[in-house]
Amino acid sequence: MKNEYPLFSGALFLIVFVFACQQTAPLAPEENELLDGPTEGLSTEQQGQFLKGDQAFAEVFTIEKGLGPIFVANQCSSCHAGDGKGTPFVKFTRFGQPDTLGNQFLNLGGPQLQHKAIPGYQPEQLPAGATFTELVAPAVTGLGFLDAVSDADLIELSDPDDANGDGISGRPHWNNIPDYVTLRPNTISKNGMYITRFGKKGGAYDLLHQTSGAYNQDMGITSDFEPVDPYSRLETDPEVSIQTVQDVVFYLKTLKAPIPRNQDDPDVISGDLIFSQIKCASCHTPTLKTGFSPIDPLSNKEFHPFSDLLLHDMGTDLDDGYTEGFALTAEWKTPPLWGLGLSKDAQGGSYFLLHDGRATSIEEAILLHGGEAEQSKTNYAELSETEKQQLIKFLGSL
Amino acid sequence: MKTFISIFPKQLILGFLLLAITGELHSQVIDSGITRTPVDTSKSMLNMDAVYNRPFLSGAKMPVAVGGYLEANSIHSTEDGVSEGLSFQARRMTIFMSASIAKRIKFLTEIEYEDGTKEIGIEFAAMDVALHPVFNFRGGIIMNPIGAFNQNHDGPKWEFVERPDVAANLLPATWSNAGFGLYGKTHKGDWVLGYEAYLTNGFNNNIIDNQENKTFLPAAKENEERFEESNSGKPLMTGKIAIKNRNIGEIGFSYMGGIYNKFEEDGLVLDQKRRIDVLAIDLSTTIKKTGTYLVGEVAFIWVDVPSTYTQQYGNKQRGAYIDIVQPVFKRKILDWENATLNLAARFDYVDWNVGTFNENNADIGDELWAISPAISFRPTSQSVFRMNYRYQWQKDILNNPAAKTATWLFGFSTYF
Repeated sequence: MKNEYPLFSGALFLIVFVFACQQTAPLAPEENELLDGPTEGLSTEQQGQFLKGDQAFAEVFTIEKGLGPIFVANQCSSCHAGDGKGTPFVKFTRFGQPDTLGNQFLNLGGPQLQHKAIPGYQPEQLPAGATFTELVAPAVTGLGFLDAVSDADLIELSDPDDANGDGISGRPHWNNIPDYVTLRPNTISKNGMYITRFGKKGGAYDLLHQTSGAYNQDMGITSDFEPVDPYSRLETDPEVSIQTVQDVVFYLKTLKAPIPRNQDDPDVISGDLIFSQIKCASCHTPTLKTGFSPIDPLSNKEFHPFSDLLLHDMGTDLDDGYTEGFALTAEWKTPPLWGLGLSKDAQGGSYFLLHDGRATSIEEAILLHGGEAEQSKTNYAELSETEKQQLIKFLGSL
Repeated sequence: MKTFISIFPKQLILGFLLLAITGELHSQVIDSGITRTPVDTSKSMLNMDAVYNRPFLSGAKMPVAVGGYLEANSIHSTEDGVSEGLSFQARRMTIFMSASIAKRIKFLTEIEYEDGTKEIGIEFAAMDVALHPVFNFRGGIIMNPIGAFNQNHDGPKWEFVERPDVAANLLPATWSNAGFGLYGKTHKGDWVLGYEAYLTNGFNNNIIDNQENKTFLPAAKENEERFEESNSGKPLMTGKIAIKNRNIGEIGFSYMGGIYNKFEEDGLVLDQKRRIDVLAIDLSTTIKKTGTYLVGEVAFIWVDVPSTYTQQYGNKQRGAYIDIVQPVFKRKILDWENATLNLAARFDYVDWNVGTFNENNADIGDELWAISPAISFRPTSQSVFRMNYRYQWQKDILNNPAAKTATWLFGFSTYF
């Protein structure tokens, strides 16, 4: 028995060790500290498809799987780490369209520059004379809510001729759409064109349009929806299945809307008031509502994206001479501000804001506004330091 | 799936395995004169001797000695508060056989089953010709002597369930290739000097084109062709020099390098030649006063990644680990005469992408840190029960907040 004491002592020590170390297991972050995660209320079947889409979103494309041969990134999450905004590491360069007459450089590799190449290949070069812009990817959270806003509501929000004289003249992006998209219920058509709402210029009709284009132009992956390879400019066998694309679309539709934080903080409450007082909310519309969606948790819901999904003239500083569809070069779709405070955690600890990531702080982004937002920028500049900090704190709480 | 069922029919291997591990048969063979060759603990052994320095069962009239080991464990892991639950893993079972074919000629092979039969591979199968203590020939399937762990990886030798990250997730663990080379040792006083130099087949483009989405040398293990064809058409050179002082410890310096990519085929140029170069230093020592055993390894990797390819795949990597093992007691427990209880700790560090982004000069992340306290109990020197707790911080390429993972591992490993 004496020989067994060390064994029993060791066993006892192990038990203590186990319980001690259990206390150090990493805790889950608060739900409102994360951009990713599903919308509440999905059925088990929907959660299953969400999971498949999540896995496809993280899929690494290798040469064997069809990557490239020219490309920008090799997985969706390279550009949308943690489902957040992109960084300069994966900037997109688009070129060849300075006006609304269409892209004049499609036969020279437009609209997107694939500036990376698999070994043995040379990447694309920017053609001489092409105007271009550089873009960082937007966050992909809450997109299903934005997708489910009715066309009628967007038209209702618009004021293309500034009839109310407030200096804001947002307009929907009426654009041509590809054959493969399914029109949303009660969609509105004008002269054969439809309201497109995804992308920095609002050039994509829905998430299938956006996703198929991203597979093709970002990763060089062809699908039944976008079968032309950006390198050979020939149709190829699909390198991603219809089902996988649909799973990713479902994933993007059902990613939760970012959850605001610190809403009881007095500074945040004051910042919210200032946001409206200096007319930020004229374009960054705090609340929208969805129409019918076949995904029940998205149907007929009020939500808070801080965007009107309309095109606005943002002035000469943000006019980089490139556009898409029928947007003008100085026009940009109002980016949603939800999740702004969490952006840094997906951007390597630094802010990279505005369409090209040029602003490294919220204040810098505000001060780069112009055009229709000129008055709001002036109003911001005239705030006291305290008021500015309250506004920035509010924006960081979104 | 690593290799070559075609060389040894699966049924034969399985049958042999059953023979080797069946307790009834084991007792019969012991009764009929089979003896266990103990591990040589003399201080003239270097890490490079690990492949032969294992416990074998052999019979007086049998030309073949056999041995092997088994590793199994349970695992419970929690990453940022989300757990995949409890799993049980039969990580690997390895069989080795050696034979003295004639004077100065011997053969050894090591066959490994990983994760059940998910991966079956010949890790080592070589003929050794002893011409002189400092001049021996080895040919066949060889473990490239990069670092120390690659040649000295038997589960029962370690106090940790997981292999060191630098040895398994930076360097490829149990990295072996077809090839030939020389090795030898010499002694003088307390000093032992050993060397190895081999030319083998080597890496391929998988190292910069894989599901890990990072430059990942272990991805080359998926290339089953490496036992019959060099991907680049150029040999991989691996060399190591190790020096040991019997009173201090052993230090090894190893290098592995060559062209990894298929730069031409059928006379057509597909790409320029691209090199991989690896440098590793390994160290092991025992502090006599306390009996504390330390073993560690540091590795540096340079890979020629095309500048027009994505920086997701880094061109510089580095990593290190150190194990500290402190025997707490050694005494008779139950019927085990020299049962030993150890406390141990491991520190892991790996950076898969050293450098900065071209676009904005920001530091590239893609790195991992881990600390693993452990308790191990060895009823005999050939069997170990071990309980490990591993806490890991892993950053993505953008240097976003680290994913934190806590893992419990409880398992055993034993020679048989």
